[in-house]
Amino acid sequence: MKKKKSMRSVFLNGIFGENPIFRMLLGMCPTLAVSTAVFQGIGMGLATTFVLVFSNLVIALLRNIIPDKVRIPAFIVVIATFVTIVDLMLKAFIPSLSQSLGIFIPLIVVNCIIFARAEAFASKNSVLLSVTDGLGMGLGFTVSITLLSACRELLGNGTLLGAQVMPETFQPMAIALRPPGGFIMLGILLLIINASSKAIVKRREAKAKEAEL
Amino acid sequence: MSSLLLIIIAGVLVNNLVMSQFLGICPFLGISKKTETAFGMGMAVTFVMVLASVITYLIRTYLLVPFSLEYMQTIAFILVIAVLVQTVEMVLKKVSRALYQALGVYLPLITTNCAVLGVAISNTTAVEGGYDLLQSAVNGLAGALGFTLALVAFAAIREKLAMNDLPKWMDGFPGALIAAGLMAVAFQGFAGLI
Repeated sequence: MKKKKSMRSVFLNGIFGENPIFRMLLGMCPTLAVSTAVFQGIGMGLATTFVLVFSNLVIALLRNIIPDKVRIPAFIVVIATFVTIVDLMLKAFIPSLSQSLGIFIPLIVVNCIIFARAEAFASKNSVLLSVTDGLGMGLGFTVSITLLSACRELLGNGTLLGAQVMPETFQPMAIALRPPGGFIMLGILLLIINASSKAIVKRREAKAKEAEL
Repeated sequence: MSSLLLIIIAGVLVNNLVMSQFLGICPFLGISKKTETAFGMGMAVTFVMVLASVITYLIRTYLLVPFSLEYMQTIAFILVIAVLVQTVEMVLKKVSRALYQALGVYLPLITTNCAVLGVAISNTTAVEGGYDLLQSAVNGLAGALGFTLALVAFAAIREKLAMNDLPKWMDGFPGALIAAGLMAVAFQGFAGLI
């Protein structure tokens, strides 16, 4: 695995090992801002995935042509191009989503995940691997932002994707939808994920020890 | 005049960039371990944000709108901000050593600070037809001051947190996020101000 990166490990790395939200803490602004409803979360996740895959593709194609000194402006132009495409497409085909995501669609340009993958991965790896990496990272981002928005929508509205889930007697907690709720909910999710991944590592180590004996 | 005052109060307190609009969260979480560095970052952002507000206004009014190139806004703005940050860094290096040493390390980080681009874009959408030049500059200043306020206050809280005996599972980011959430509750109190 160390010598040659397999497609599978690169893909899974984005979802588990280096999950952009829960592991790397990248792209916090859109994560916190649009995660008030599952539909918005999924939309944001897929829009970011689209930009990630295509910017990784183009940057991997051009990685030997772009001079090292001007690579940052070059990356910015590539990323901004795809963000503009997403922005115009959403405005044309899903205007309601474009309205509710608002300023955070053009702001995908400055989402650190995309820049980080361009710099750390796509500028050094082959086209196929870079696209896989973009797909994995994008899906990791989508899954995490959907998880966060599901928690917030469930607690703050009692619904999931607009459908009533909680019993009628459930009193919605409006604060989950307000900015403080975003920070606190993400903190709690992070706690749970850190604790469970620590537990998994411990169990694996214990098993390895047992096998040795 | 009163409209400018409204922009300032809204930018610093009511619609605080970090606490209610979720812009600039990365530096907010990343550079908030010490009050001094938080203040330095805040000043650098203030400097760039006011300049960026003015320049993006000029670009939009005299370049994009006359040639009906509004759809190029995102690309144009982010390039202008990237160039601006580089230029500011070079000019500061030549003109004022002291200022460069104080702000220099933070400048490269500002290009990907979404607060700067966020303010530039919201200048164009805040009111019908966008803010005028003076309003844009004031909005940039107010947003940046609000960012600095939130950043410095949060850094002060984290300095105290670091000295306290937190449970081990709260250490690091989870604890910081929950503290930020509690701080955002306080900022919610300004909501009725305007």
